[in-house]
Amino acid sequence: MKTNDVILQTVTKIVLFIIVLFSIYLFFAGHNTPGGGFVGGLMASGAIVLLLLAFDVKTVLNILPINYINLAGVGLFIAVGFGAGSFLVGEPFLSHAFDYFELPLLGKTELTTATIFDLGVYLVVIGVTMTIIQTIGETE
Amino acid sequence: MIVISKFIIGYLVLQGALLSLIAAFGVLRLPDAYTRNHAASKSATLGVISILLGVFLYFLIIEGQTNSRIILGIIFVFLTSPVAGHLISRAAYNKGVPLWKGSVQDDLKHHREKTNQKAKG
Repeated sequence: MKTNDVILQTVTKIVLFIIVLFSIYLFFAGHNTPGGGFVGGLMASGAIVLLLLAFDVKTVLNILPINYINLAGVGLFIAVGFGAGSFLVGEPFLSHAFDYFELPLLGKTELTTATIFDLGVYLVVIGVTMTIIQTIGETE
Repeated sequence: MIVISKFIIGYLVLQGALLSLIAAFGVLRLPDAYTRNHAASKSATLGVISILLGVFLYFLIIEGQTNSRIILGIIFVFLTSPVAGHLISRAAYNKGVPLWKGSVQDDLKHHREKTNQKAKG
C-alpha cells in the first residue's frame, strides 16, 4: 500500500532549519558555554537522519551528494593539520592562540585557532555517524 | 512588578505540571491506543509549552537575560509533538490495532475499502 507522507515531509522541511541552526549555534558556543564539535556534529547528523526518515535514500543523496567516509577523512586531516600547524611557529603540538579582531558585522570578536580543531571534530562526527547509519540502512 | 510576574511564572509552571499529570492519568485510564495517544500528545504538548514559557519568563524578568533557545524549544515542541502523535496513531491503524469496542464511527475504514475496490476493479 502506498503511504502518504505529506505531514511528515512538510514538518521535516520546516524543522530541519531549526535543527541545523541549533547545531551550528552549539558548534560556535562550545568555547564558553556547553556545546562544541561533538554535540554539534551529532545534532547535524540527527538532522540528516530526519531527512532520511521522511524521504528515501535516493532523494537525500540528491540533496546532499556527500561521501561521508571522505568527510570523516577531511575532518581528521583538518584536526591533525591544525596540530601540526603549530610547528610552523615553533610551538609544541596542538598549542593554540587567540586574539581579538574587529569584524564588519559582529564587532569585537575573539577568534581562536581551537575552533579549527573543533571543526575537524564536527566533520569527523558527522562522517562517522552517517557512515554507520547508511551502512546499516542499506543492507537489507 | 516582580511580585506579579512571580505569580504569573508560578501559575504557568504549575499549569504545565498539572497538564502533564492529567496527560499521564489519561494514558493510564483511557481504553484504547488512539484515545491514549490523543490524551498524551495534546496535554503533554501544552504542558511542556507552559513550563518552558514559565522558565523563559523567569530568566527574562528575574535574572534579566533573554534566552532565545527556550523560544526555539517552544516552537520545536509545538511543531513536532502533534506530528509524532499523528505518526504513532497512523502506524497503529495500519498495523490493525483495534478501536475501543464502544466506538461507533470509523470513517477511514470505509474510505480504505472504497479505494481498495477502485484499485481492484
